[in-house]
Amino acid sequence: MSSDDVNKGRRRFLVASTSAVGAVGIGLAAVPFLQSWMPSARAQAIGVPVEVNIGKLKVGELLKVQWRGQTIGVLRRSAEMVANLSKVDAVLADPESIDADQPDYIHGEPRALRPDYLVVNLHCTHLGCVPQMIPQVGPQPFDDNWNGGFYCPCHKSKFDLSGRVYKGVPAPTNLRIPPYSFLDDNTLMIGVSPQGAV
Amino acid sequence: MNTSLMETRATVLFGVAMLLLAVSFSVSASGSASIGHSGTNVEDTASLQRGAKWYVNYCLGCHSLSYMRYNRLAADLKLSEEEVMQNLVFSNAKFGQTMDIAMDAVQSEVWFGTTPPDLSLVGRSRGPDWLYAYLRSFYQDETGGWNNAVLANAAMPHVLWRLQGIQTPVYRQETTEAGYTHEVIDHFELTTPGTQSAEEYERTVRDLAAFLQYVGEPAVLQRKSIGVWVILFLVLFTFLAYLLKVEYWRDIH
Amino acid sequence: MAKSASSLAKRAGAMMNWLDDRMPVTKFWNEVMTGYQAPKNFNFWYYMGSLALLVLVMQIFTGIFLTMHYKPSAAEAFASVEYIMRDVDWGWLIRYMHSTGSSFFFILIYLHMYRSLLYGSHRKPRELLWVFGMFIYLVLMAEAFLGYVLPWGQMSYWGAQVIINLFGAIPKIGEPLTQWIRGDYFISDATLNKFFALHVIAVPLALLGLVLLHLVALRENGSNNPDGIEIKANMGPDGTPVDGIPFHPYYTVKDIFGVGVFLILFSFILFMWPEVGGLFLEADNFVPANPLVTPEHIKPVWYFTPFYAILKAVPDKLMGVIMMGASVGILFFLPWLDRSPVKSIRYKGMWYKVLLGTFTVAFIRLGMLGMAEGTPAQTWEMRIWTLVYFMFFVLLYFMSPGGKTKPVPDRVTH
Repeated sequence: MSSDDVNKGRRRFLVASTSAVGAVGIGLAAVPFLQSWMPSARAQAIGVPVEVNIGKLKVGELLKVQWRGQTIGVLRRSAEMVANLSKVDAVLADPESIDADQPDYIHGEPRALRPDYLVVNLHCTHLGCVPQMIPQVGPQPFDDNWNGGFYCPCHKSKFDLSGRVYKGVPAPTNLRIPPYSFLDDNTLMIGVSPQGAV
Repeated sequence: MNTSLMETRATVLFGVAMLLLAVSFSVSASGSASIGHSGTNVEDTASLQRGAKWYVNYCLGCHSLSYMRYNRLAADLKLSEEEVMQNLVFSNAKFGQTMDIAMDAVQSEVWFGTTPPDLSLVGRSRGPDWLYAYLRSFYQDETGGWNNAVLANAAMPHVLWRLQGIQTPVYRQETTEAGYTHEVIDHFELTTPGTQSAEEYERTVRDLAAFLQYVGEPAVLQRKSIGVWVILFLVLFTFLAYLLKVEYWRDIH
Repeated sequence: MAKSASSLAKRAGAMMNWLDDRMPVTKFWNEVMTGYQAPKNFNFWYYMGSLALLVLVMQIFTGIFLTMHYKPSAAEAFASVEYIMRDVDWGWLIRYMHSTGSSFFFILIYLHMYRSLLYGSHRKPRELLWVFGMFIYLVLMAEAFLGYVLPWGQMSYWGAQVIINLFGAIPKIGEPLTQWIRGDYFISDATLNKFFALHVIAVPLALLGLVLLHLVALRENGSNNPDGIEIKANMGPDGTPVDGIPFHPYYTVKDIFGVGVFLILFSFILFMWPEVGGLFLEADNFVPANPLVTPEHIKPVWYFTPFYAILKAVPDKLMGVIMMGASVGILFFLPWLDRSPVKSIRYKGMWYKVLLGTFTVAFIRLGMLGMAEGTPAQTWEMRIWTLVYFMFFVLLYFMSPGGKTKPVPDRVTH
C-alpha cells in the first residue's frame, strides 16, 4: 500500500521528467528545420546592397533600380518641392509617417537622409503596382489640387512627393523607405544603413 | 534461462562481428594501400588559411571552386572581409559570390586537352590522402614533359614545381605473376631543387589537401562539435527513459 | 489548486467525450494500445519494427524538407544538392539525416527479418504478415534505388544505367521496357524527373499503405515471441493471456528507451562519420554524372550488394537477372518452406542452427563480394555462396518436417 504510493509517485516523476526532456529534445530538433526556411546564403548573396550613381540625376528625374526584387526609386527634388510638402498635410492619412515602414533614421516630411534625394520603395502599399510619377503641380484628371507626387493607376491611390499616402484611397500606408546610405555625394548604397546598421 | 543467456551472448557476438566486418571492409575499400596518409587536420585554421593562400595563387587560375562562397570562407577560416577581398580575390567578384573563374571551359579543353575540373568536391571524391600523394608525385619524364605517378599521363603541369623543384624517376624491373617483366618507378630523385625544402613542400601540399578537404564539406567544422552536444543530450534522455522502463517493468515477472 | 486541477481534468474528459461521440478515439486507443496483449518476453530483436516506423517518419519528414530546395532536372540536380549542403541553413544536417536514415532503414529491416528466421514469426497464422513485410521490403528497395539516382552523381547515373539495362535482358519485351522505364532512349532528364515523382510521392504512399496493412495483420493474431509459442493458447481467469501484457504502457515505455539508444547510434554516424568510409555516401557520387565517363567500379549501395553478387555470379545475363529475382522472391515462400512442428530456433535441433548460421555467413559474404571488383577468384567464391544461399531454402524444406526438435514449454521463458 504505502510502497504502492511511493511507486506511483516515482512513476509520475519519471514520466514527467522523461516527457519534459523529450519535449525539449523535439523543440531543439525543430530549430534546424524551421531555420532552413530562412533565405539561404545564395539568396542573401543575390540580395546584396545595390550601389547607385546619382551624379547625373537631374531635378525632377526619377531613377529606378532593383533591390531584393523590389523597384526602388531615387527622385531628385528641388528645394521648392521640399518646401511645398507641408501644403498637402491636411489631405494626407499619415503626414507624420507614424505608421510608415521606414528606418529609424528617416525623419520629418522629406522622409530622407538628404532632402534633395527621395529614396523610396515604389510598390504601392495597396496591392504592389508601381505608381506613375507626376511631379508637376497643377490640376490632374484624378485631382484638381495636385501638388506633385505618385499616382497609382491600378486602384487610384495617391502619394505626395515624399511618398506619403492621401486620405480616402485604397492604399493604407505611406510608401516604404528602404535602408540606404550615402557612400559619397554621388553614390547611394541601397540596402545598407548609415554606419553599417543593416 | 540458460537458453536465453547463451542466446544473448550469441547475439552480442554476432553484433560485434558484424560491426568489425563493416569497419574492416570500409577501411580496406577506402583506397589502395600505396597512397599513404596525408595527416591533414581540418580543425587547424592556420593550415586552412595557408591552403587557401596556396590555392588562390597556384590553382584558382584554372580550377574553379564554384560551390564555395568567399564570405563562407571568411567566416570558417576566421578571416575578415577585408583580408579576403584583398588577399584572396583577384577578380571583381563580390564578397558573397562563389569562387568562379574567367577561364572558358571550351577554350581550356582546346589548350590542355581536357577542361581543368572544378575542385569544390575533389576533397570528397578523391580524398585528402590522394591529393597529398598526387601533388607530391609530379615528375619529369623521358619526353621532357610533366607526368604524374598517381595519375598517369595527367594533362596538368606541375604548377608547384618552383616550390618543390623538379624530380625525375628512378626505375626498377618488376616481374608479374604471369612472367611479364616491365619497368616500374622505384623512387624519385630531386634533380633541380625548388625554393622549399622537402619538409616545407610536404607542409604546403598538406595545407592544400586540408583546404580542399574543407572546401569539399564546409559543414565538417560544425558537425562534430554539434554532434557531441546532441549525443550528450540523447544520453541524458536515454538514461531517463531507461529508468522509466525499469520502473514500469517491475510489474512484470 | 486541487480544485482547478480537477476542473481541468473534467474539461479534458468532456472534450474526449465530444470526440468519442463522433470518432472511435478512445475505443481505438484501448484496442491497439492498452487492450492489445503482447508477449512479455520480447528481447533485443523486437525493437526493430518500431524503430523502422520511426525511420520511415524521419525519412518522410526530412524528404519533404529536401524537396523544398532540390531541383529534379539533369542540369540542376547535382548543384542543388550542394546548395542544400552549403547555402541552405542546416541543409547539411537535413541531407545527412536522409542519407543516414536510408542506410539505417535497411539495417533495421534486415535485423527485423532475421528475427523472423530465428523465432518463426512468419509461420502460420502469420504468413500474410510476412508477405506484406516482403512487399514492404521490395517497395523499400525500389524507393532506395530511385532516391539514389536523384543526386545525379556518377554512381546515381551509372547505377541506374546498369539496373535499368537488366530489364533489357527479358526476351522480346526487354528493349521497349527499358525505354518505357527511362522515358527516353537513354538515361536523361526525363528519367530523373520521373524517378523524382515516384520517389517523392508514389512509392511513399504505397509504402504507407503497405505498412498499415502490415500492422493490421499483426494486430489480428498478435505478435509471436522468442519461444515461438502462442500466448493466446494459455488464457488467464481475466480473459487475457497469462503470458501477455498490455502493449501500453509496457512496450511504449520499452520502445521509447529503444528509440533513445537508436538515436545515439544514428547521431554518432550522422555527426561523426556520415560517409561511413564510402558505404553510406559513395565517393564517386561527389562527381557530377557524366555519360561519357564510366566509373572504374560501378556498385550499388551496400544493402543491395548481396543480390548484386548473385547477379554477377551467373555468367548469362538473363539467367543472372532471374537468379537475382529468385533470391528475393524465394523469401516470399518462407512460411511454407519451414515445415518444422516447432517455430523457434530455441526448440529446433542443431540442424537448424547450422543451416541458419551458414545462410547468415553466405548472405554477409555475398554482400562483401558484391562490393568488390569481381576477380576470377571472387567470382568463383560468389558462385559457391549463391549455391549455399539457395540451399538454405531447399534444405529447410526437406529437413524441417523430420528435423530434431526439443519439447516446447507451455509458458514463455526469458
